[in-house]
This record gives sequence, C-alpha cells and structure tokens, in this order.
Amino acid sequence: MTEASPRRSRILAVTSGKGGVGKTFVAANLAAALARLGERVLVLDADLGLANLDVVLNLFPKITLHDVFTGRHSLDEAILPAPGGFSVLLAGSGMVEYSRMTPEVREQLQKVIDEVSPRFDRVLLDTGAGISDVVLYTVSLADDVLIVATPEPTSLTDAYATIKVLATTQGRREVQLLVNQARRPGEGRNVRAQLQQVLDRYVGPTLDGSLRLTLVGEVPADGAVREAVQRRQLLLEAMPGALAAQAVMTVATRLLAADEA
Amino acid sequence: MVGMPVGAARRAHRPIPRSGQFAASWRRSTAGNGRPAGLISFQPGSGRLLDCRHPRHSDRIGPFVQRPHAPSRPDASPLHLEQALQLLAQSGRPAPGGEPGSAAWLQGLIDALVDLSSRDALTGLANRRSFELALAREVDRVARSGEPALLLVLDVDHFKRVNDNHGHAAGDEVLRAVAAALLDSVRPMDLVARVGGEEFAIILPNCPEPFGATVAERVRRRVERAPVMAGPGGTPIEVTISIGGAFAPQWVRSTPALWVERADQQLYRAKAKGRNLVQLETGAVSLVSTEERQALFDTTFGFEDHDD
Repeated sequence: MTEASPRRSRILAVTSGKGGVGKTFVAANLAAALARLGERVLVLDADLGLANLDVVLNLFPKITLHDVFTGRHSLDEAILPAPGGFSVLLAGSGMVEYSRMTPEVREQLQKVIDEVSPRFDRVLLDTGAGISDVVLYTVSLADDVLIVATPEPTSLTDAYATIKVLATTQGRREVQLLVNQARRPGEGRNVRAQLQQVLDRYVGPTLDGSLRLTLVGEVPADGAVREAVQRRQLLLEAMPGALAAQAVMTVATRLLAADEA
Repeated sequence: MVGMPVGAARRAHRPIPRSGQFAASWRRSTAGNGRPAGLISFQPGSGRLLDCRHPRHSDRIGPFVQRPHAPSRPDASPLHLEQALQLLAQSGRPAPGGEPGSAAWLQGLIDALVDLSSRDALTGLANRRSFELALAREVDRVARSGEPALLLVLDVDHFKRVNDNHGHAAGDEVLRAVAAALLDSVRPMDLVARVGGEEFAIILPNCPEPFGATVAERVRRRVERAPVMAGPGGTPIEVTISIGGAFAPQWVRSTPALWVERADQQLYRAKAKGRNLVQLETGAVSLVSTEERQALFDTTFGFEDHDD
C-alpha cells in the first residue's frame, strides 16, 4: 500500500464498524497526541454524509470540504487550525449530497488527499461508521487502517465484519485495532485475540497470506472522556492527566515507533 | 404518481387541502338532501387537521388526523365530500358507517380515502406512494434492528407483446393476475406494490439471506405456472416475470433510492440473462455468519491471548 515517495504523508484511516464507539474522539485526540510528539497532522473529516468532528472540536467552520469540492474556495482556505495543535479539514453539513460515492466524489477526494499529502507527516481520515461504499473507498486511500471498537458485542461484530471486508475486498493483510472503553486492564488484548482467532478460522483460509490484527492500545472507560466531550474540548487539552488521555498518548507513541521500525 | 387512471380520481387528490379554511359541501350524495356547509380547517404549512365542525352542531369534532408535512397551497380548492363519496363508491368501497357528519362517519371517510390513495387502482396492490413510504421505514428499521430485509423488483417479461398481440384489456388482465400471484406467494407482513406499468416490488422484512432465493424463486414459479385467460374463450397467455433482489445493507447508512438501484441492477441482470429468472445480489450482505458470530463470543473458543 505504501509508496516510496519521500514527500508524502502517511495516511491512517480511523474507522469502526458501529457508530458511537468513540471513533471521532479517538481520531481527534490521537491527532493531538501525534502533534505533541512533533508530527504535522491533518485530520480529514471523511464522514462525508454526517460529520461531527466540528462538534467534537467546537469549531464552526465557514469554509469546508464542500466549498473545495464545488470550487468556491481553495484547499488552503478550508484547512483550519484545531485546538490540539493539528489541522483539520471539515466536511460540513453540505456534504450530505456526497453520501454516495460517485466517480466525481472519488476523484475530488483523491485530489484533495494528493494535494495535502506532501504538506503533512500524517493524515488521519475520520471515516463514517458502517461499511458503506464511501467508507470503503476512503479506507482504500489510506496506508494503514485503525479500527476502533469497544468490548461490547455489537461493536465487536461490526469490527469483525469491517476487518473481513477490508481483507477480502481490499487485500488488507494488516489491520490495527484500538479497544476503546475497556472495562478492565488487558481487555484489549483479549478482544484482539478473540477477533484474531475467529478471523484465522473463517477468513484466513479464503485469503492468500495471513491476516494480522495488531492491538495499538486500549483506552479505558473513563468519566473524564464524557466530561471533555460535554465541554466540547479535546481530552488531551482539558484533562491531559486522565487515564484515557495517557492511553491515547501511548497509542501515538506506539504508532510512531511502529512506523520507524 | 402511478395508479390513478380515472380523471376524477386525480382531481380528488388535488383538492385535499393543505392549509387555510374552506367550506365543505355537506350533503349526502345518495339521498341528495342538501345541508348547509360545514367547516374544516387545516394548520397552514403542516397540513394538520385542526378543526372540523358540523354545520348544525358547532361543537368541535376534530382534530383527529395528521397529514404528512406538505408545502402550503394557498390556492387549495374546496373539498367536495360528495365527490369523495362518489370516489369510494366507484372504487367499490362501502360508504362510511354512522350518522353522516358525525365524527365516526368522517373518520371512516378519511380512512377510506387514505386506503384509496395508497392503492393501485388496477390491481389493488400498494401503489408507488405507499411503497416509497414503506421502503423508507424499512431502511430505518433495518439500520436499527439489524434484521435482514429483502427488496424484490419484478417486471413482466415482454409485456408490450401481450398488449400488442392480445390488446390492452388482456394486458390489464395479466397485470391483475400477476398481482394476485404475487400476493399469493408471500407472507401477510410483506408489502407487494405496483410501482410502474408492468413493474412490481415486494418488501420482505425480516427475511434471512438463505430464504431470499427460495422466496423469489417461489414467486417466479407461481407466476409461470398460471397462464392468464384473457376474456371468455380467449387463449391462455403465458406470463413470466424477471426478478431482481437486494438485501437491505445492514451495516450501511443507506437510502431507499440506493436500495432500489441495487435491486434494479439485479433485475437488469435477470433480463439480460434471458428473462424468467431470479437474480439476487450476494456478497456484501452476509458479512458475518451465525457461526462466526457465535465464535466471536464463545469463551471456550479461546479468549486468552497466547501469542501477544
């Protein structure tokens, strides 16, 4: 998936089977954590139909991806500084019309990513929930894919389904997993192991090559998260000492280390 | 809008007012004994029926019905209750029961009109309007419940030939026979609709994928097996249908239009492959089998991490 071009950012798609598992929370705070570690990060709200990154970041953008798509504004005008020291490109509510992945939308999205790519170290694509063609296409643009899941059964099933689709339709052989709202330490490891075993049995035999699920971290269920969300602040800004905030920092460190390895 | 062949029926739809106040002709068409006009008022904009008064009993007997939101129509023309009653009679429905002008009578009239406007006049099936409503509801329901649902779109093969060779009356007969066959081969909970000329659709809620092909095949065969007799002493007409089907995308935030498009694509495939065939979309739907789901939550499957 990776191209050997030096002046190109590493693109990470943050996705989840099910909505409401903290995908946007993870994308925004992970971006802030990476920025803290010295990375130039852009978060692109790729949930074209129903974006809420602006809500999480408490931003009220006047110029959005929609304006870039329609040619009313330049890409530079639409890239905004976010509170956590990173940049964002927000979709805006006008994007509902792009909730279907037509060839035009594909082309536009690809063009935007090509243009921002040389200017950042990392681009995080905050995708929509579910396995729509929009989400699949967005993920296909990324070097790496991070699945956010909670230990809850529906979330796990949807995460499993997402991984399965990515492996069978996009040839992904490596998928990263972040377990959010872990109820006890070590739950992330158990969840990963269970998913990996079921994947090995039911999906692995249909693929050439093995499919590897890597746990990049678990973020504990933490009341501080809810509080930060209600205050419409980044957890890393509002309560950097919270357990969940530290866990996100660990994930960022691990991602950087893994890329350098 | 489909399914309103009679000019009077079209006119009857237009005057259902969306706003403003108007006088209603308050007569019993059968007896012809004229009564003074009553009053029905609608909330401008929302179309909600606010008030409904009998001319001689000014006590309020509404509101009792809410119409879906529609843009206001300042030029709404008067609703003639007489015409409504005529329409019901023409469609073979009984006149509403109860004392004319009473709340029960009006409610009965409205119920009958609602029923009339949601059905296809030729076949009695759900018309396109009610199909679209039901489809939108089903998309929502599937997204929440995760229950599989199947949409079938069906098209009578070479229908033009039927019309050309046997006449339009025979064509109508064929459509009615196909409608009856469709109704006959699905569950009561399934919605069978005529969505266009010779095009039908069936929404099957809670239809697991393994059953989809069976049901669709049963529908196809049911139509194939019953030649239509056009008129007394007419020759039997062999009728077949092509069927395309797609399951509601359980994981996908989808739209009714997209669902129909996916089913339509399968219908085109069925037509291209020679007609009188069923083609169902496969793949994206059965992402997670029951077995896999069980394995995901089977603690004896190995919930401990050994290799990490």
